[in-house]
Amino acid sequence: MNGKALPYLLLMPATLFLCVFFLYPFALVAFEAVTRDGAFTLDNFRTMAGSWKFPVTVSNTLLLAAIVVPIQLAMALLMASVVSRLETGRSVALYIFAIPLGISDLAAGLIWLAIFDQSGFLNTLLSTLGIVDRPIMFLGYQDKLTIFVAVALAEIWRATAIMMVILVAGMGLIPKEYCEAAEVFGAGPWKRFIRITLPLLRPSLQTAIILRVILAFEVFAVVAALGGTNLPVLMGETYNWQFTLQDRNVAAASALLILAISIGFTLFFLRVLRVPKEARI
Amino acid sequence: MSVAAEAPVAVAADARRAGDWLLVATAVLLCVWVLLPIYLLIVNALSSPDQVTAFPKRFFPSFDVGSLSFFINFAGVARALWNSVLVATLTMILSIGFGAPAGYALSRFDFPGKGTFRFLVLMTRAFPLPLLALPLAVMFIRTGLDDTAIGLALVHTTLALPFAVLITFSLFSGIPVELEEAAWTLGCTRWQAFRKVILPLALPGVAASAVFAFTISWNEVFAAAVLTIENRTLTAFLLQSLGESPLYLKFAGGAALVVPALIFIFAVRKYLFAMWGIANR
Repeated sequence: MNGKALPYLLLMPATLFLCVFFLYPFALVAFEAVTRDGAFTLDNFRTMAGSWKFPVTVSNTLLLAAIVVPIQLAMALLMASVVSRLETGRSVALYIFAIPLGISDLAAGLIWLAIFDQSGFLNTLLSTLGIVDRPIMFLGYQDKLTIFVAVALAEIWRATAIMMVILVAGMGLIPKEYCEAAEVFGAGPWKRFIRITLPLLRPSLQTAIILRVILAFEVFAVVAALGGTNLPVLMGETYNWQFTLQDRNVAAASALLILAISIGFTLFFLRVLRVPKEARI
Repeated sequence: MSVAAEAPVAVAADARRAGDWLLVATAVLLCVWVLLPIYLLIVNALSSPDQVTAFPKRFFPSFDVGSLSFFINFAGVARALWNSVLVATLTMILSIGFGAPAGYALSRFDFPGKGTFRFLVLMTRAFPLPLLALPLAVMFIRTGLDDTAIGLALVHTTLALPFAVLITFSLFSGIPVELEEAAWTLGCTRWQAFRKVILPLALPGVAASAVFAFTISWNEVFAAAVLTIENRTLTAFLLQSLGESPLYLKFAGGAALVVPALIFIFAVRKYLFAMWGIANR
């Protein structure tokens, strides 16, 4: 077999697949969003933005991301630091921290439903401790705030693992000598973390934040399990347009909006956290 | 003199011991944070339907299989379970079938277009891929792939393929090319060398990446709910019955989603870093 052609032959199935099932549907969704019955129009976006739910949907999604992602970043950094310092039980801790990585967002929603439900474990704990007389309704249609808190907790619980794994991998690449040198010169653990680990971790931080922010805009099943339709988010509304309202052009417009927000934030973090080529380890 | 010299050493040792305790305490606390919610879901799944809806709750399972047998015998559940397994298996085969050759090509050859392919693969990570199920729904109706296991598996493969490519790339990169070259000089053809030397070494990692592809498909909610109607997967079934199903059905369903995921993540724990860590390098 010709040696020059071999790599292209090997790449061909994956490339063809991605063209048909990634690039083509992407073009299709963009096309459907700006047309209706074959004619170019921006009506789909107008219909989407005109819905009374739209402002609250956008603000819920963005607010959720804005609250969840920084907390996750801090927790992932804490987990990664703990893992990289543990001597015994390191692999056990790593496995346990990574467990939520394999758990579906729907399952995560159901897990936290077991806690926040009216007959759930949080109410049991509160009444055993004598804090409340009878179970509180946390997830009723009027309890927007507690639904929001429950969704945020479930998201933090579920998706911190992704950031943690990326950061652990990144910390493993930082040469130990840097921290040892700083210790010799009298830098405490906190100072070493701020002045050495964090700056050298920037490429991994960038990847972790971008991945996580994109996933945050995709939040869907957790909200469906905990809040039903009481806490509308972008992905849930897209689903609604497709199914309940049977209007796939508006659904496509809504999908395009999520894509646009995701790409916008990706570019933003690529720029803000960019790593000069010569500064890479 | 010696006492004065020992004092700072003793203080430093005390500080170190306190630091160790803090480290262990933090690690334990974080493990509890991850494990406790899962435990509570399992408690619910292993209690009778009456206990699940009762208040206050017991914090220990009664090992009653009432909820689970209700779940298994509920109309549509057995079929949904079977569909989930079928779709996930197809996704696994497709993503390894397309991804592993590409990973091998990336690790062994330098050729024009390599950067473009890598970019295409990494780009898929910056998109909320499940959204692409919306335009594909129409395409599938035209081609007869709508509401079939293979149609959904194709969409799940776009999610799993980038991981399959990246993990097999890092696997093959970790196997010295000299081994292959030695086999060639001993008279093996390229294919024989791959099959007899490289494949046995890479097999555990390829298997891990296959398990990860299975997990991705097993957990996916949005595309599954959009693309299947009669042949719903377990996630689609649970999502669409959230509104009307009783609590014990939800929790048993959640446990059915979580328990396999726990095993999957345990099986691939060694390879988690290859999957997430190399995105930025």
